[in-house]
Parts: sequence; C-alpha cells; structure tokens
Amino acid sequence: MLPTSPPEMATTRLQSRRAFIALFATPASLSACRGTNTASSAQTTPEPGSRVAAESNDVVMFAASSLTLVLDKMWQAFRTQPGNEGLAFTANYGSSSQLRTQLQEGAEADIFASADVAQMEQVAKAGLVDGNATVFARNRLVVIVPKGNPGKVTTLADLAKPGVKFVTTPPDVPIGAYARASLKKLASDPSNGNGYEAKVLANIVSEEANVRQVVVKVQLGEADAGICYATDVTAVPAGEVTTIDIPDSANVVAEYTIAILKSAKAPAAARRLISFINSPSGQSILVAAKFKPA
Amino acid sequence: MTPGMPRWTPITAAISVGAFIGIPTVALLMRAVAVDPFATASRPDALGAAFWLSVTTSLVTLVIAIIVGTPAAFALARVPFPGRGLANALVDVPVILPPAVAGLALLLAFGRRGLAGSWLADAGITLAFSTTGVVLAQCFVSIPFYVRTVRAAFLRADRDLEAAAMIDGATGWGAFRHVTVPLARPALVAGGVLCWSRAMGEFGATLMFAGSLRGRTQTMPLAIYALLESDLDGAVLLGGTFVVVAVGILGVTAFVTGRQPRAE
Repeated sequence: MLPTSPPEMATTRLQSRRAFIALFATPASLSACRGTNTASSAQTTPEPGSRVAAESNDVVMFAASSLTLVLDKMWQAFRTQPGNEGLAFTANYGSSSQLRTQLQEGAEADIFASADVAQMEQVAKAGLVDGNATVFARNRLVVIVPKGNPGKVTTLADLAKPGVKFVTTPPDVPIGAYARASLKKLASDPSNGNGYEAKVLANIVSEEANVRQVVVKVQLGEADAGICYATDVTAVPAGEVTTIDIPDSANVVAEYTIAILKSAKAPAAARRLISFINSPSGQSILVAAKFKPA
Repeated sequence: MTPGMPRWTPITAAISVGAFIGIPTVALLMRAVAVDPFATASRPDALGAAFWLSVTTSLVTLVIAIIVGTPAAFALARVPFPGRGLANALVDVPVILPPAVAGLALLLAFGRRGLAGSWLADAGITLAFSTTGVVLAQCFVSIPFYVRTVRAAFLRADRDLEAAAMIDGATGWGAFRHVTVPLARPALVAGGVLCWSRAMGEFGATLMFAGSLRGRTQTMPLAIYALLESDLDGAVLLGGTFVVVAVGILGVTAFVTGRQPRAE
C-alpha cells in the first residue's frame, strides 16, 4: 500500500481551507481522504490474534506554527536514522488552538505538538490523546520591532505610547495568551507608567491568526511592534527586526507539549519520532534553534 | 426532450449538483439554528460587530463600483482610447488572482513601505490595519466582477436604438441615461450583486492587508475564522447568517430583475 498524503494535510498557507476542514469535515470523510487503511481505526495495543491495521509510512503531525522550521530540521535528522528511511512526514502547522479545533472536529493525525499546556489538555479531555502528553521544549517571549523602527519603540515602556501599532493574536492562541500575561506582569513595574497594560492593549491594531503572521507584519514594517517567541527571530533575515528583551521577572515560559493521538495510523514511527525529539540529539536541534530544552 | 441524451441523464446530474450544494448549506443552517446567540456574554458583541462591519464596508465598495465602475465599463466597451486593450486585460487580473496573492500585492503596493504606500505614509496616511484598508481590499477583488459584467452588457447593447434616440434629438448623455443604461439594467443589477457578494465574502486579501481586529477590520469571514478557535458555535451561527443573507439577496435580485441573475 502506498499511502498518499492528502492535500488538505499538507503545509499550506491557504488557511481558509483548514477552516473549511474544521467546519465541515466528519471523522469518516477525513479518514477516507487520509488515504491510509480506513477499515479500522489505529490500534496501538491490539488484542492477541486480532487483525491489526497496517502501520502507515506517513507520519502526520499537527504542530504549533512556531515549530515550523525546527521540526523540518528534526525530521531531516530523524530520517537518517536506521529504520526510518522509508518514512514520509506530513506536517500541518497552525496556531495550537486552531489545530486543537481541527482535532476535536475529527481531523486525524499521529502526533499533536502544542505551544502550550492548555490546548493539549483540551485535546486530552476530548479523549483524543493516547497515553500522556509530555513537555519537550520551552520558549521565552521577546518584543520585536521592524528595521527603521517607525514607532520609535526602544524600551518596553514605549509599547504604551499612543499610536504605536502593536500586533498580537487573539488570547485563544498561545502566543496571545502569553503576551497578555507578560504585559500584565510588566504593568506591575512602576517604571512602565500608570495603566500600562490597558494602554498597550489599546494599541493592538490586529489580532493575527498565529505567531508567524505576527512576525511577518512586523518584518514588513506594517506594524511597529509585536511579541513573539525568541525562536521566531532566528527565522527572520538578519537586520530586518530588532529584539527588545523581556526580563525574566516579566517573561512567560512557554511549555511545548507533545503526544501521540488515538487516531494515529503510524503509532510506532510516531513513538520513535517523539523519543528522538526527547533524546540528546533531538534536544540539541531544539537548542540550536534557540529553544530551551525540556 | 434533450436531443441525443436520455432524459434521466441531465435530471440525475441536476439533482447531484443540487445535493452537492444543498447538503453543506443545510448542514450549516441546521447547526446554526440550534445556536443561542446570547449563550456567552461576548458572543452578541462579536457577531454584531462583524456583521455590521461587513455590511457597511461591502456597501461602500458597491457604491464605489457603481460610481467608478459604470463609466469605466462604458469606456472599456465603447470608447477607443490608447491602452484600452491593456486596461481591459488588467481588469481581468484580480478575477484570476487568488485573494491571498491579491492581499500580498496590496501590501507591497499600499503597505507602509510599499510602492505607493511609502508616499502615503509620508503624507500621514496608513491604510493597513484600517477600515479603509478593508474597503480597498474589497474594491480590488470585487469591482472587476462588476466592470466585467457591465462591460459585456455595454458591448451587447443595441446601438441602433441609441442612434435612433440621438436622431430624435437626444444628447449623448441623454441617450446613455435613457437608452443604454435601461437596456443594460439586468447586467447592472447582476454585476452589482456579484460585486457585493464578492466584497461580503472577501477573506484572504483583507486578512493579509487589513489584519483582523474586532469592529475595525474583522469582517464576517475573518470573524468566522477567528471564532473557529474560541467559539465554534458562534462561527457556525455567523456562517448561517451568511447563508440567510445570501439567499435573501438572490431572492430580492430575482424579484427586481424579474429573472434569474446571471454572472456574465
């Protein structure tokens, strides 16, 4: 059997299509379009003597968009290991909350990697996780401003200046929640001025769909400032954005969680991939991309 | 009786097409009517803001289309001028472009560092992240549909009638006003509906160029997309509203023109 990766699961920027899947897809239609054995759902602990669904060669991963670059590197390294040569990797990147919705609405995948604990908990509560989710990486927040600094933002206090065009995501997306939590902490510092949190929130000009789009809006110079993960800056060509550090006291450590899903069609390969990510070589790839190890 | 084809073939095909379009529409409506608009405190505000923003911006787009698009379509159809061939071809470009590409193009043209946007920025005008930016995105994507439809009607119009009116003493404007436009009326309405519905449904270009902020740039399609992550039922309700509005407009159009609206 040659599993074909469905176009819907491919890394696509056409996000309306994903929304379409989440809205209309039924579990049956998604398993059908996945192109693997649809006769039975994956059984990870088969009954003795029962017929087991053939393990798929295609590892399908739903992953937070902040993991886009590092997971591609991770997969390249994983592929070179003995026994993994024949495997294919299909990633669906999006905001963790968007991926959570898709999974809740019946989308099937082998692995879910969330940028927080909350979205993973909701997926687990829906009974979709096989086993336990684990923390595999951490990240921290930074403020970014575009080249030329049109909003003249040089300190964290400047984010509250009237007219600064600040971009974030809705609070349902992990980075949006982390950013708001961090602003709340910064507000307790009197040097940032009165009403800091409300002033910065009033400067929000757009709630983008995910953290990559926040970075793009700053990179293009449309927005004056945004909050993203430290790792996101590594993906931007040097000089296009400037980073303003958020001190530890006000920073929020993002915990990335990973788990096998019950809908997995390639559970054995998925397990190997997760152990690789947690292994010293996997963790060194994360550290090279400026993540903090688990 | 259709020549050369058994009767059931086209009927089966028609029923299949109807079911293919009907089932998702019914599925959406069935789930939408079960949603309580007031179940969460924030839901009425979120839905209302998106609804009114979509209605107002798309109507502004439609008005611009009628005021600018009608004479433009007439010129493209009937008035020879240098570069008309190029202009006719350019009108077709946004129709073929994916909206996301349109958004990217708008960003590179009218963004703060864009080709024309940098001049606007120097003059203190920024369009990105503004309601004006939403209208700009809608105009770019939807006005070509109006111009194409109306242009085709002006090309088809019976020029003998116009000539007759002018022989009878009508001025050029009078012939246009009392002969050409009434002849093209079904196309004007159909083009308007097409333009307005494209503007209402505009997603990719708006998201890319205007961003997404409730009450300012988050139109209904953007709100549906955002709500998918936090309030699926709210998204479904807004989607159902879309269907009801669309069907209502189609009905009104059919009533006004006295026949089925046509795209071209």
